Amino acid sequence: MNREDIVKPENKVVSRPRLLNDNVMHYCPGCGHGVVHKLVAEVIDEMGLDKTGAVAIAPVGCAVFAYNYIDVDWIEAAHGRAPAVATAVKRLWPKKLVFTYQGDGDLSAIGTGEAIHAANRGENIAIIFINNGIYGMTGGQMSPTTLEGMKTSTTPYGRRVDLNGYPLAITDIFAQLDGTCYVTRQAVNDAAAVRKTKNAIKKAFQNSMDGLGTSVVEVVSQCNSGWKMSPVKSNEWLVEHMEAKYPLGDLKNNTPKK
Amino acid sequence: MSNNGTKGDVVLMKGNEAIAHAAVRYGCDGYFGYPITPQSEVLETLEALMPWETTGMVVLQAESELASINMVYAGAATGKAVFTSSSSPGISLMQEGISYIAAGELPALIVNVMRGGPGLGTIHPSQSDYFQATKGGGHGDYHLIVLAPKSVQEMADFVGLGFDLAFKYRTPAMILVDGMVGQMMEKVVLPPQRPRRTDEEVLEQCPWAATGDADKRGRNNIITTLELDSHVMEKNNERFQETYRRIEANEVRYEEYMTDDAEWLMVAFGSMARISQAAIHTAREAGIKVGLLRPITLWPFPYERISELSRQVKGILVPEMNAGQMIEDVRLATEGRVPVKHCGRMGGIIPSPSEVLTALNSLIEVK
Repeated sequence: MNREDIVKPENKVVSRPRLLNDNVMHYCPGCGHGVVHKLVAEVIDEMGLDKTGAVAIAPVGCAVFAYNYIDVDWIEAAHGRAPAVATAVKRLWPKKLVFTYQGDGDLSAIGTGEAIHAANRGENIAIIFINNGIYGMTGGQMSPTTLEGMKTSTTPYGRRVDLNGYPLAITDIFAQLDGTCYVTRQAVNDAAAVRKTKNAIKKAFQNSMDGLGTSVVEVVSQCNSGWKMSPVKSNEWLVEHMEAKYPLGDLKNNTPKK
Repeated sequence: MSNNGTKGDVVLMKGNEAIAHAAVRYGCDGYFGYPITPQSEVLETLEALMPWETTGMVVLQAESELASINMVYAGAATGKAVFTSSSSPGISLMQEGISYIAAGELPALIVNVMRGGPGLGTIHPSQSDYFQATKGGGHGDYHLIVLAPKSVQEMADFVGLGFDLAFKYRTPAMILVDGMVGQMMEKVVLPPQRPRRTDEEVLEQCPWAATGDADKRGRNNIITTLELDSHVMEKNNERFQETYRRIEANEVRYEEYMTDDAEWLMVAFGSMARISQAAIHTAREAGIKVGLLRPITLWPFPYERISELSRQVKGILVPEMNAGQMIEDVRLATEGRVPVKHCGRMGGIIPSPSEVLTALNSLIEVK
C-alpha cells in the first residue's frame, strides 16, 4: 500500500500548512518547536500576511534553522540580537510583519539587552519566545530559565540558586514595560494549549500590523532530549514543574477589543 | 547648521557633521548609532536634521554598539543603504556584527573615528585601529573596503563612495579616520540631495534581499551566515575571496605629492598625510627631494605603486599615529629594497611636522 491509497481527498482531515516547507525537520521527536512552527505558518497564511509581506528573524539555538521550514523571508541574527535586527527591519519596512523567534538562551541570557530595549521602545514587532529551560542545541546546559534543582550538563547536581542564581521569569519584566501592548505565556503540551498559543500568536501579529507596540508570546515548551525524559513524561513534567514557576495566561493585554 | 541648500554650497563644519549631511544627501535609508567621543556629532547632527521628515531616512539611537551594528546588518539584509558610526572601543564591540555583514555579503557602511587605545584609552586622535580595519577585525577570512579621508571634504565625499563600493561588491565598507578629521572644522562642498530609492527600486536592485516579498517574488530570500557543511562553507569562502581579488584589481586609490623627482618617500594616511606634507615643504626648502604617497584605500592597499616607488627612492618614512601598523604593508610592498622607518606618537598624541622632519633627517643620516 502506498501513500496515495491511504491519503485521499475525501478522508484527508488535516494537511501540512501551505507555508510550512516540506523539509525534514531537525527537531527531536517530542520537541515543541515543530508545533509552534506549524502554528506560525498557519497564522501567517490565515491572516494573509505572506501577501502583505513578512520578514522573520531566526535566533541562534535549536531554532537556528527555522528559516528552512517557514516559507517567508528570513534573516538569521547573531546570538541574542534578533530584537535589534527586527527593530531595524520594521522601521525600514513599516508595512511588513516582522517577528523574532527566540529560545530562552537567545532571549533571556545573551540577548536580554536587545529584547528589553526593543520592547521598551515599543517596536511594532512580535517576539515569539520558546522557553524550555535549557540550551538544547549545545547539548543541554543551564539557561537563565532553568528551574531550581533541575539537572543540566552544567548543573549536573541540579541548579543551586546560591551558585547559579534564580530562574528568570523574563516575560514578567516585559509586562512592566510601557512599550509592550500584549504579553502572554502559553504552552504546547496538549491540544487545548496549542489552540490558545495559536490565538496568542495571531493577536501578537495583528498588534504588530496595527502598530500597537511590542507583543511577547512566551511558549513554555518541552525539551525531552535535554530533560532526559520520554515525550509523554516531559509533557507531564512541563505541567507539574515548568508551569509552577511560569504560570500560563496573559500578563498584559492592551489589545483593543474587536 | 543653517545650510539646506543644493549643489555647490560651501559650508563650514566638522568632519563628523559632514558625514551626517552627506549621508542624508546621498539618499541613505537609515542610521543606527550609539554615542561615543569623538564621533557623537554624527548622531547629534542627524537627529537635528530630522531627515525622516524630508527624505524618510530612519535615525535611531540604539542601546549599544552591539545593537547598532546588528541593526545595520538587518537593514543591509533588506537591501537598504544603512550605516553606523563609532570610535575605537565601540568599533571593537561591533566586530562580531561586521564579520556577519561580510559573511552575509551585505552592503553597509561603518565609520570609525579613531581614538587612542588600547582599552578605554583616550578620546584624542589616533590611527591605532589600522590593523583591526585592514586585516579583518572580527573572526574569519574577510576584508572591509577601507577608505581613509584626510579632510572634511573627503569625509563628505567618502560617504557616497563608501556606499557605492559596498553595493557594487556587496561587502561592507569602512571610513577609517582619526579623531582630528572628525573634530576639526573646514569648508566643505556638500553633495547635491539625491532622492532615496523607492521600495520598488530596492527590490529591483537587490533581488537577493530579505524584503518580505517572498510571495511577490515566487521564492523566499534567506540571509544567513550559517553553513554546517564545510564543503559548502569552503565554496562560500572562495566566493568571498573572488570578490576581494576583484576589489584589489579595481579599487586601489591613492594620491601622490611631489613624487616625480623624489629621492625619499613618505607614506602616510589621514591627518598624518597633511602633517607629512608640511614636513615635506620644509625639507624641500633644505634641498631634500622628498615626496608623499597617501593611500586613500587602506584596503585594498597600493602595494604595486609603493613597490614601483621603492625602486626610485633611497628610503621610506612611514609617519603614523600609532606604534607602526601601516608600515608592515609598506615593508611588504618594498620587499626589502630600501630602508623603511616608522615615526609616530601613540595614545592620542599628534606628531608635529618638525618631529616628522627629524625622523626623515635621521633616516637620511643612517642611510
